[in-house]
Amino acid sequence: MFGGENMNCEYELYKPSWCPGCGNYMIRDALKKALEDLEISPSKVVLVSGIGQAAKMPHYIGLNGFNGLHGRALPPAIGIKMSNKDLTVIVESGDGDTYGEGGNHFIHTIRRNVDIAHFVHNNQIYGLTKGQGSPTTALGQKTTLQFDGVKLNSLNPLALSLTMGAGFVARGFSGDVEHLSNLMKEAILYRGYAHVDILQPCVVWNKVNTFKWYKDRVYTLDEDYDYTDFENAYKKSLEFGDRIPIGILYKVEKETYDQKFPFVENGKPLAKAELNPIKAQKLLEEFY
Amino acid sequence: MDYSILIGGAAGQGIETVVELLEKIIKRAGFNIFTYKDYMSMVRGGHNFMQIRFSENEIFTYCNEIDFIFAMTDETIARHRHRVKSGGIIICDENFEDKDVVKLPFVKLAKELGNNKVLGTIGVGFITKYFGIEYDIAINTIETVFKDRNVELNLAAFKAGYEIGESRFKLESLEDHKILINGNQALALGAIAAGVKFYCGYPMTPSTSVMSYISKHANEMNIVVDQVEDEVAALNMALGASFAGVRAMTGSSGGGFALMVEALSLAGIMEMPIVLFNAQRPGPATGLSTRSEQADLRFVIHAGHGEFPKMVIALRNPEDAFYQTTRAFNLADKYQIPVILLTDEYLADYEMTVNPFDFSKISIDRYISDENEIEDGRYKRYKYTDSGISPRLVPGIGKEKLVLVDSHEHNEYGNIDESIETRVNMMKKRMKKLESLKDEIEEPEYIGCENPEYLLVGFGSTYGAIKESVSRLNSQDDKFGALIFGDVYPFPMGKLNSYAKKAKKIIVIEQNYLSQLKSLIDEYTDIKVDKSILKYDGRAINSDDIIQELNKFLSNYTI
Repeated sequence: MFGGENMNCEYELYKPSWCPGCGNYMIRDALKKALEDLEISPSKVVLVSGIGQAAKMPHYIGLNGFNGLHGRALPPAIGIKMSNKDLTVIVESGDGDTYGEGGNHFIHTIRRNVDIAHFVHNNQIYGLTKGQGSPTTALGQKTTLQFDGVKLNSLNPLALSLTMGAGFVARGFSGDVEHLSNLMKEAILYRGYAHVDILQPCVVWNKVNTFKWYKDRVYTLDEDYDYTDFENAYKKSLEFGDRIPIGILYKVEKETYDQKFPFVENGKPLAKAELNPIKAQKLLEEFY
Repeated sequence: MDYSILIGGAAGQGIETVVELLEKIIKRAGFNIFTYKDYMSMVRGGHNFMQIRFSENEIFTYCNEIDFIFAMTDETIARHRHRVKSGGIIICDENFEDKDVVKLPFVKLAKELGNNKVLGTIGVGFITKYFGIEYDIAINTIETVFKDRNVELNLAAFKAGYEIGESRFKLESLEDHKILINGNQALALGAIAAGVKFYCGYPMTPSTSVMSYISKHANEMNIVVDQVEDEVAALNMALGASFAGVRAMTGSSGGGFALMVEALSLAGIMEMPIVLFNAQRPGPATGLSTRSEQADLRFVIHAGHGEFPKMVIALRNPEDAFYQTTRAFNLADKYQIPVILLTDEYLADYEMTVNPFDFSKISIDRYISDENEIEDGRYKRYKYTDSGISPRLVPGIGKEKLVLVDSHEHNEYGNIDESIETRVNMMKKRMKKLESLKDEIEEPEYIGCENPEYLLVGFGSTYGAIKESVSRLNSQDDKFGALIFGDVYPFPMGKLNSYAKKAKKIIVIEQNYLSQLKSLIDEYTDIKVDKSILKYDGRAINSDDIIQELNKFLSNYTI
C-alpha cells in the first residue's frame, strides 16, 4: 500500500515508453530515492508536468499527478501549491517544454518564488517530436529540422534563473544518480522556487551531447564552494564548455509567494476551507 | 416620472466621481436608477459620457432622449444637443461660447473655493436643486461618500451649486431599500458567495473590474488573487487550483479568452470543474476596447479543440450575474466540466438598482468524494459510470489514494492509453455528461402576453432593452412577447418551440453582424425566424432602438 506509516513506495506502475538507455530512467531513480529518503508520503506529493518524453513521468511513478499541456506545467503547479500548501509540489518537464513553449511562465514563476521544486530534463534536443533543435541546442548543431545547423543562440537556463532572482539554482547530471538525488532532496526541502537543470543524454536524437560528452565534462562543485555568493554563481552558470559544473550554484533564503498571503501562511490549506455563502453577505453594504 | 441626466467631458475631468455622487444621492432619495457609461480607450482627453436615468418605476435600460446635460466640454454639447427633450436644459461654464445653454460660474466658484476639482460637486448641487431632490439626503450622502477626503470642501461646493440653482421639479423621496451595482461587481460577488478561493487573470477591459473587486476583498475573504503573465497561464493555473480542491475562476475579454482556449480543452479531457467568463467587446482582434458586442456567442460555444461537454450561460442583468455565477460553480463541480459565463462591456459597466441579493438562497454543492467511499484498490479518477461522472477525489486530502489527471487520452486510472477501446469508451463517458446536462438547462425567461402575435428573441445583456420594449409596445397593443435566453449551450428549445407556434412573426434581436442566435435557432429547431434586428456599432441597443427597428419592419409587413 501507499503512504501512511509504511514508506515502502510502490512506484513502478506502468511500463515507460522511454528508449533503452534514456536519461529519464536515472532521473526517475533519483527522484524515487529522494522522496523515500525524505520519507514524504506519496499521497502528499503532486508531480506536475507538461508534454514531452520527460513529461510522461507522472505515469511512471506512484504519486499524485497532473500531466497537463506542453509548456504549461508551471502555472498549474502554482495553483496547486497556493491552494494546498501541505502538498509537496514537484514539476518535471523537458528543455523545450520549459524554456521554449513555457518560457514566459518560467520567467514569471521565478518572480513569484512559489515553494515548488522544478526539475528540468535538459537533453538539448526535442525527443518526442523526433530531433528538432530546442532552446538549449548549441548554435550550429545540425538536427532533423535545422539541416544547416541551428541559427538561434542557445539559452542559458541557469544564468537566466539566477539573474531573474531565483533563490535556488542547481545543475544535475542523470549519469550521477546519487548526486542528483541529493540535489533533488535539497531542492524539495528548500522553501521557495528551486530550479534544477538536469543534463541528460538523448540516445536517439542528440548525437552531439552524448552520455560520454557529458561524462567527460561534468565536475562536482567543491565542498568549499560558497553557494551564497551571487557573482561567483553567475560565473559558474556561464561555464558550459570543456568543463561543466554540477551541484548547487546558488542558494539563499528568500520570502516565498505564499508567505506574502497572511491567510495562506497562517491558516489551514485553502482546499480545506469551509465554504459558507453567508460570510460574503456583509460585502453588500457598500452598494446601499 | 422618468428623467435622464447626461454628464459629459474628457477623460481625466472626474466624470466618474460626479456620477458616483449623484447616483448615490438619487438612490438614497428612493428612486430606481440605470446608469449607462460610454467611454473611450484613453486615460486623458477624448469624449466620455455617462447617463443617469431615474424613475419611481422600475427601469431596465437607458434612453436616447435627455432631460438635462451637464457639459464639461464643448464637444459634449455638440454631440448631444440634439438629444435634449423640449423643455430640457444644458448647463456649462460661463466661459463656453455655445448658444442656447445655461451658463453658470463653475470655474469662478471652484476658484473661490480654492480647488478646481470640486467643479463637478458644484454641478451636483445645481442638479439636486433643479430636480427638487431632498436637500438633507444630499448632504448626508456627501458626508458618507467623501468621509475621508475633503468633506468640508465638497459640502461647500455642493451648497454653492445649490444656491445658484432654481427648482424646476419637486421630487418626493421614496423608501430606499435597493442596492446599486453593475454586472461585473455582481458576478464577482457571486463568485465570492460561491466560495471561490483562487482567482487569476490578466487585465483586459472590460473584464478587469471583476478581478479588482475580488482583489479588494481577497484578504478578508481568504482568496488568492494572482495577476498572471498571460491568459494562457490564467486558465492553466486556475485548473491547478481546481485540481487541488478549491473553487477557482478566471476570466477575460475576447482576445484574452482566445488565449485560454487551449486550456479549456484541457479542462474538457481532464474533467476539471472550472468557471470562467468572457466579457465581450467588439472584435476582431483589439477591436473597440471599451465598447460592447455579443459576437462571441458561437466562439465560446465552440471554444476548444476536440469535442467535450461544456456549458455556456449568457448573463442578462446584474441580478442574473450574481445568481448564475453561484449556479455555475455548482454545475461545474457536479459535472466536472468548464462552465463559461458570457457577458459584455454593457452589462459589465452599467449600474442599476436591484433588490439586495439573497445569500440564504445560495447553496454550495461540491460533489467531492471521501477516500473511504472508493472501493477500487487503486483509485480510478476516470471510472466508467452510468452517468459518465466519476467519483472525484482531490490530492492530499485522504491518506492513501493517489489522483492522476491527464491531458492525453487516458484509461480509468488517468494513464496514457491509445487503444481503440479506451478512446471510444472515454469519448462516450465524457459526452454522456452533455446529455444529462440537458436536464439542468434553464429555459429562457418569457415576458409579455400569453399568446403573442410577435415574438422577440434575444440573449444575455439585451434583456433590459427587450423587456422594456415589450412593456412599452404592449401598453399600446397587447400583442408582443419575448424570450430572453440565459443558458445558451446546451441550447434549450422547450419554450422557444411552444411560443414560436403561437406567434405570427419571430424577430431575433442581438448585437452582432451574423445573427448568431438565429443561427443557433436554425441549427436546433425548425423555426423560421422572420427578421433579425442587429446592432454591431459597439453601442448597446436600447428600447428606443428596438421599437424604431420593429416599427420599420412591421409597417413593411402590414403593407
